[in-house]
Amino acid sequence: MVEFTLPKNSTLTEGKVWGKPAGATKTREFRIYRWSPDDDSNPRMDTFTVPTEDCGPMILDALLWIKDNVDPTLTLRRSCREGICGSCAMNIDGENTLACTKGMEEVSGTITIYPLPHMPVIKDLVPDLSLPYAQLTMIQPWLQTETPEPQKEWRQSHEDRAKLDGLYECILCFCCQTSCPSYWWNPERYLGPAILLQAYRWLADSRDEATGERLEILEDPYRLYRCHNIMNCTQTCPKGLNPALAINAIRAMMVKRSAF
Amino acid sequence: MSIRTPMGRARGMGAAGHGVGEFWHQRVTSVTSLVLAIGMIFILLTLATSTYAEVRATFANPLVGGWMALTVISFVYHMYIGAQEVIMEYGPKTWKLGLTLANTGFCLMIAAACLFALIKMSFGVL
Repeated sequence: MVEFTLPKNSTLTEGKVWGKPAGATKTREFRIYRWSPDDDSNPRMDTFTVPTEDCGPMILDALLWIKDNVDPTLTLRRSCREGICGSCAMNIDGENTLACTKGMEEVSGTITIYPLPHMPVIKDLVPDLSLPYAQLTMIQPWLQTETPEPQKEWRQSHEDRAKLDGLYECILCFCCQTSCPSYWWNPERYLGPAILLQAYRWLADSRDEATGERLEILEDPYRLYRCHNIMNCTQTCPKGLNPALAINAIRAMMVKRSAF
Repeated sequence: MSIRTPMGRARGMGAAGHGVGEFWHQRVTSVTSLVLAIGMIFILLTLATSTYAEVRATFANPLVGGWMALTVISFVYHMYIGAQEVIMEYGPKTWKLGLTLANTGFCLMIAAACLFALIKMSFGVL
């Protein structure tokens, strides 16, 4: 639902400008969103200058340089630093992406960084993702079968396995989820692109035997049908996946189940 | 203020068990409206220089009158579903019931007015 009033402590203010490192010749300027639950103040935009010859080429390298050398209180999630874990998802230069796979050279001018949009902020660049994780659990993202488990593996043809390409690669960074206006307006009722892509990953799996039950979980005007194909999800996905296509595939299954 | 677990918030009241009907009808009426609109424009263009009596005579043809009636029904139903989508998505929680009733009433009135005018034209009432 649209809300026109911002909650308390939501007005973004100008923050601290940290000094330039001494002796640095090549530098990049970063403006980074800061907010702490420990003080009762508004969020602010701090400005940092990073010497590019002293750190790696990625945005994450620069953030860790800031944390190590300028302000250890700068808070962010990161783990694998190679685009596999999805931890360092954030809004960089107006686009949700992974700090570890986004190069500083890909952004011109000052590099502006916010947490993923429209999620409660825990601190600085760390959003509260407990709701999408609960939604993920709700769609039961695991293989479900009635047939007794075979002695070896569940078999799958090459053609059926190929149907999972473009789905299984999702790392659950929620870049797509938090770029979707439909999810912004109805986060508790619309499942959002990341969850629906995961749902289709199991609907498309030839080994799974719970297709009907899975579709029943999704058959709801809000959970599935708030997508209007604006494709923000597909545009922003750092893994190059297409959640909008998966959502339409689920809706095609729904139509097929009910009408054809 | 309510403190619920994330899973409680995610599950809510469960799946409504419908949605595909509205989705499918919206797509079907978008196609039917497109086809019907082309015919409607063609009919109106052929009548552009006609007198009122000639227009009524044309509308008395069951194919023309039927086509126009189907156009109204398809347009209005599509409009109803579309407006309902907007209400569901953006409507404040406390307004949704009222807005839904208003949307339904408005669409019914539009359909009634258009169909009444068509019947008058086609059957020569008055």
